[in-house]
Amino acid sequence: MNQRLGQPRRRSPVWTIRGSLSRKLYWSIAATSFCVWIAAWWAVTALQLVDPLFLPGPGAVLRRFDLWLRDGGLLRDAGISIFRVTAGFLLSAAIALPLGLVIGAYRPVRAFFEPLLEFARYLPAVAFVPMVLLWTGIGESSKILVIWIGTFFQMVIMLSEDVGRVPLPQVETARTLGASGREVVILVLLRSAMPAMFDTLRITLGWAWTYLVVAELVAANSGLGYAILKAQRFLQTDRIFVGIIVIGLIGLGTDQVLRWLHRRLFPWAGARS
Amino acid sequence: MNQTLAVQALCKWFSTAAARFDALSDISFGVGAGEFVAVVGASGCGKSTLLRIIAGLEQPSSGDVLVDQQVICGPGRDRAMVFQDYSLYPWLTVIENIRFSLRLRSGRLAPDSAAAQSAAERSELLMELMGLTRVRDAHPHELSGGMRQRVAIARALLSKPQLLLMDEPFGALDAQTREVMHDLILHIVALERPTIVFVTHDVEEAVYLADRVIVLAPGPGRIDSVWPIGLPPALERTQDLKRSPAFLATSREILDRIRATSGLQSDLDALRRLTGAAGRAATTIM
Repeated sequence: MNQRLGQPRRRSPVWTIRGSLSRKLYWSIAATSFCVWIAAWWAVTALQLVDPLFLPGPGAVLRRFDLWLRDGGLLRDAGISIFRVTAGFLLSAAIALPLGLVIGAYRPVRAFFEPLLEFARYLPAVAFVPMVLLWTGIGESSKILVIWIGTFFQMVIMLSEDVGRVPLPQVETARTLGASGREVVILVLLRSAMPAMFDTLRITLGWAWTYLVVAELVAANSGLGYAILKAQRFLQTDRIFVGIIVIGLIGLGTDQVLRWLHRRLFPWAGARS
Repeated sequence: MNQTLAVQALCKWFSTAAARFDALSDISFGVGAGEFVAVVGASGCGKSTLLRIIAGLEQPSSGDVLVDQQVICGPGRDRAMVFQDYSLYPWLTVIENIRFSLRLRSGRLAPDSAAAQSAAERSELLMELMGLTRVRDAHPHELSGGMRQRVAIARALLSKPQLLLMDEPFGALDAQTREVMHDLILHIVALERPTIVFVTHDVEEAVYLADRVIVLAPGPGRIDSVWPIGLPPALERTQDLKRSPAFLATSREILDRIRATSGLQSDLDALRRLTGAAGRAATTIM
């Protein structure tokens, strides 16, 4: 009798650990996942299993979306929130990119900043809100500063690690070919780490959105986070859902655009998910 | 003799709070212009450290390295190095990788000058010589390991360095690809007469390629013996040569020296005792 070796029956390569999946199948499964959750949501509310106050149905949320959109408030709120997130994120990136690069390149700079940053990244951004109000008042800068505090420290550490992961032979080859220290940093470290740094920025942009609600917690009178907090006061749970879903969709959209851009800009590098 | 490289009483040690670890002890040797020297030895004998010090990537604890009678004090374009792997720039194409040194301030040439013209011609020549013409505009991730090493060698040769340093350049390649690379190197040797210091753990490779083989002994790393290899000129060597009695005898003698200095003998004794005991146990059960 023949003894079978390995797996008892042939399995689809799709279920192999870290196996392969076609793009088409990936997106079909992703779309199914969304549909399943929405259907479950609809079923639970249509059968009136929970109080609509606790969980408004898809219909109610859609109606609220339409209403909010038509009075012009939704676009204005989304616009101001996008502005705040973008400004806070860009401010973080503008400082974190050069700083992360020199920390990753030079050990003494790393020694100077790293322990400080490891300490700072545990500082709760939320707890800084009263201080931020004292420092910057109630204008736009206070919201931008809260988002900056929430993202900057993590961002610098991650960017410096991206630079640190550049293979040493790439650096040493450049040196034996006559590159100066400056040239190694710009032509090798920065260039080689760029795809990873781009990915880091994409991931930290997501975190910037999570700090938006905190930033709009106090002294705001517009924005998606503010709208959610105001709806909470009036128990307009359908409005809370619209706010959350809109933030989610903006995030999903930006993320896909940035992934596409990554593939276009760095076709030679594998993406980190 | 016109010496390109002179290593003089080179020592390298690493200090911790508790102890001093000697990696290299009193290494002295010279390499003449156009000579091919291979350095072999048991793992941990410091052969890679020695090469990195010659490249200027690490500093010696004492002693000097001279290239063309000048004491070196850091890496420079006179000593190009080929690493085992991961040294190509993945964002550049094959030809851009080969021409990388021309982007640097130290290697930049005035555009449209005669020098720039000849550098461009030389990069095309090296690409052809290395069999890379078909993949000129490919990126490294599209190439096999062997093709990647060809690019790395072409890149190192572009600026005609005084010294070509190779640190186990074929260590990550399969046996067939390695043989192809050996013959490629011999053609380069015949054509360009580069001065080469080649570190490897493959004795057969060392004997086939080099004019002289230096055996390093570990603990601390020191020169155990030096073997002149009297093989025919580069282009007359063929893979058949590796089966000739003289080739096999030299290889075996060098291998014996490495084995004698590596300190692995006691392990074998222990294994014999164990297998002997197991054999006796098996007979009693029967």
